Amino acid sequence: MSANIRKIIVQVDEIHQEMGRPVSPPTRRALAMAVIANPYAGRYSENLDELIAIGEELGALLGHKCVQALGIAPGQAQSYGKAAIVGEAGELEHAAAILHPKLGAPLRVAVEKGAALVPSAKKRGGMGTTIDVPLGHKDAAFVRSHFDAMEARVGDAPRAQEIVVAVVVTDSGRPLPRIGGLQVQDIQGQDGLR
Amino acid sequence: MIEIRRVFTQVEEIFHEFGPVPAQPLLRGAIGAVLTNPYAGRYEANILPMMDALQDVGIDMARRLLAAMDVPAERIATYGKGAIVGEHGELEHGALWHVPGGYAMRELLGWKGDREAYKAGKVDDRPTGQPANALSIVPSTKKVGPPGAALDVPLTNINASYVRGQFDAMEVRVPGAPLPDEIVFILAMTTGYRIHARVGGLRAEDISQWNGLR
Repeated sequence: MSANIRKIIVQVDEIHQEMGRPVSPPTRRALAMAVIANPYAGRYSENLDELIAIGEELGALLGHKCVQALGIAPGQAQSYGKAAIVGEAGELEHAAAILHPKLGAPLRVAVEKGAALVPSAKKRGGMGTTIDVPLGHKDAAFVRSHFDAMEARVGDAPRAQEIVVAVVVTDSGRPLPRIGGLQVQDIQGQDGLR
Repeated sequence: MIEIRRVFTQVEEIFHEFGPVPAQPLLRGAIGAVLTNPYAGRYEANILPMMDALQDVGIDMARRLLAAMDVPAERIATYGKGAIVGEHGELEHGALWHVPGGYAMRELLGWKGDREAYKAGKVDDRPTGQPANALSIVPSTKKVGPPGAALDVPLTNINASYVRGQFDAMEVRVPGAPLPDEIVFILAMTTGYRIHARVGGLRAEDISQWNGLR
């Protein structure tokens, strides 16, 4: 079954300057969100296969939307993250069903490679709830300059029977990173960590 | 004078609102440029230099918004604009956006017809009787607010403000902005009617006066 999508929102946040210092090239983070009907709203279901399938569909769709919004080749993506906000008639496990079993593989296709874990967050909330989507480098989770988060929010979602699913892809780390740690040029990119 | 710190774009595709799914989704886009407020923290009597300096910002933002929406200019049906001024500024600083913001979008959407006829307020001879596009006033809101403040940007038809099915508003906010010495200048455009619009009134195809209102 494919997702019943009410709306899709794509945002791009470009930072050109921090504390009076130029950020060159600007950092760019793209956020794509889908507002979908929750097929299990209002009832307990042992089996969550429909949401798992929806997760797979949205991993490809939202990952592609982000890359497209950044106007980059998939291989130029640097960090990623994912999150879901479940409406009042759903449960946290519904977010888990979307995010964890199958969303990652098609997202990694959309950003080419992606050896690292896709960091995630989930919560239950009403319309206009914000969630901070955690971000990490797609090939090496320990790259310190790419630890970040991007705020996601839809003014009129999720309604009680809905779920907001968010994917973030960037082509950069934080603006003006300077706290050391593993650097992008030192990534081995094999184990997803370093 | 112009120092752009951040640019935030948003494009929303609305497929349904629990009614029959229309053939084409409604597209709504907004762009917010976060600028340094050169007048923050003091009363400055003459703020008009900033209005002139914003002209190019407006034109660039309007182009970028249209590009982000990825539709031809002919599909843009409504527009709106707004400003959120950080806490060391005043509401009047937000008002600097009226001319450069509105003018930029109207330029981008409007000069498809006969420019001279439009300027003279005349109707040219084209079969539609339409002198140009973007004849309507660009509706706006503004406020002074903290970082992450949300602004409801009003939207109306670009040629006739009374097209009822296209009265709308779009909530726009930039997480983390404006800082006290910043202003967020916003432009918004959409491709048409509210999803499931059904409260009657003037339709865009029935615009007849080409005076920006009806």
